[in-house]
Amino acid sequence: MSNRAFAAVAFASALALIAASQLVTNDYYFSAAYTVLQFVILATAWNILGGYAGYVNFGSAAFFAVGAYSSVFLYKAAHPPLIVMIVTGTLAAGLLGLAVGYLTLRMRGVFFAIATLALSVVLYTFVVNWDYVGGARGAYILQPRDLPFGLKRYIQVLYAAMVLMAAFALVVARTIETSAIGRGLAAIRDDELAAECAGVPTLRLKILAATVSGALMGMAGTTFPYYLSYVEPSAAFNLSYAVNSIAMPLIGGMMSWLGPLLGALLLGTVQQVVQVTVSSEWNLMIVGVLLVVFVTLAPNGIMGWVEAWKRRRK
Amino acid sequence: MEAAQEVTEPLLRVAGVTKRFGGFTALDQVDLVVAPGERLGLIGPNGSGKSTLVNCIAGTLRSESGRIQFRGRDIGREPAFKRVHLGVARTFQIPRPFASMSVIDNLRIALLYGGKAKVTLDAGRATDEAMHILGQVGLAAKADTMSGGLTQVDMRKLELARAIAAKPALLISDEAMAGLSASEVDDILALLFGMKERGVAVIMIEHVMRAVMKFSERIAVLVAGRKIADGDPHAIVANPDVVSAYLGQ
Repeated sequence: MSNRAFAAVAFASALALIAASQLVTNDYYFSAAYTVLQFVILATAWNILGGYAGYVNFGSAAFFAVGAYSSVFLYKAAHPPLIVMIVTGTLAAGLLGLAVGYLTLRMRGVFFAIATLALSVVLYTFVVNWDYVGGARGAYILQPRDLPFGLKRYIQVLYAAMVLMAAFALVVARTIETSAIGRGLAAIRDDELAAECAGVPTLRLKILAATVSGALMGMAGTTFPYYLSYVEPSAAFNLSYAVNSIAMPLIGGMMSWLGPLLGALLLGTVQQVVQVTVSSEWNLMIVGVLLVVFVTLAPNGIMGWVEAWKRRRK
Repeated sequence: MEAAQEVTEPLLRVAGVTKRFGGFTALDQVDLVVAPGERLGLIGPNGSGKSTLVNCIAGTLRSESGRIQFRGRDIGREPAFKRVHLGVARTFQIPRPFASMSVIDNLRIALLYGGKAKVTLDAGRATDEAMHILGQVGLAAKADTMSGGLTQVDMRKLELARAIAAKPALLISDEAMAGLSASEVDDILALLFGMKERGVAVIMIEHVMRAVMKFSERIAVLVAGRKIADGDPHAIVANPDVVSAYLGQ
């Protein structure tokens, strides 16, 4: 399928999902879908640098929080429309991604992972001490009263925005994957030195991947303040974002755009169900158990397992 | 010999290149000239700096001093990928395949990004060209095999194929023949001889002396980071300095 056809299918599906949601009356389902979609975006975005290029980013929470706090900042400063917040937060997180891209110049493997984790801690400290956006106390954000398209509740707007952003993230990821850039990134993942010596401009591609990956992770956070109505640093920088955005591609498969999507849908849904039926305390436990199961039984994730099965059938 | 090189503009000119690793001088004021289409053998005992010189020319290492010119242009500060675009391709002594990709995908990377194939190749044409090169190195039957599972010998062939796919003007073959059988050495030799027709110069680093003698128009000898001899192959093997460096006094 060409990238243009894929984009058409993705956005058509998104619109269908939004239209179908009109039949849903229980707000809980919107809220649950919002969370799952948020993880779809995070996992898809993380995979662009982590899966395609092989640079494991432990700082997803930092990018997510940059998106969230840029929205908080704009809310405090000017009350702009949601779309302005989404675009601004995406760009801000993209800038952070650019900086992380330059980090790959000197750091690889574990060192890169630790540096991104440290980045998360530094930004957290920065936000805690920034009074304008609420500091450690947090900030209250009121959802707008006037709703577009005759929608009745604001959660529906947020759900629609999330569906469209998820479609956008998937289109971006797939376009990169199937282009020359994606092949270059795969070469970097396999052997960076050999890639450079085959003519691949490794630094340029890594910076590009880090920027796009960071921007999309930030995008996932831009609507977060409206979703919660109250943002505090420990919510925006929650470790579960970092853990989930690594675990989901790992479980789904890191070689293609479909892996993170499957992983996020599976893990995100299980977490939502358990949260309601048992307790949210179990969420990280579930991630852990699933990771152990997959690493031992299907180290290349669901997609890797499916491909191995197809090859065996031939 | 010197006069002839002055007339034709050299493809590669290495002048006074020095490389140190801490207190160890791996290359000491090395000069080397390669003419377009020339076949140069580069020999020397283990640890004499042959691979370091390759790394400096290909851009995977930066030399501390000296100049590296390619087609009259200083490339000593260019990143490695740019040197590939300009026409310098190398193989690795220890093969470094893109292990998660099939053999043919390995070549596609080099075709897509290497040198003159700046325009995006459609999958079909790239495949044809990749298959053609794989046929030349005798890997056509393994085009769809995962490159990580190849034998050492096949990995060496893949290294060579990938370097050729980058469409170089200068191909540096770093011990591509180590461990190959006599008939395989002949296959690779025929392939490297064929590069001449495309006007590609080849620097061959090799311990297989039979191959070096058969292949080289000129041989340069590195010992302990210094070039001790450079000239006609038969004169080189008779050179007492070279003999003593290899066999001891």
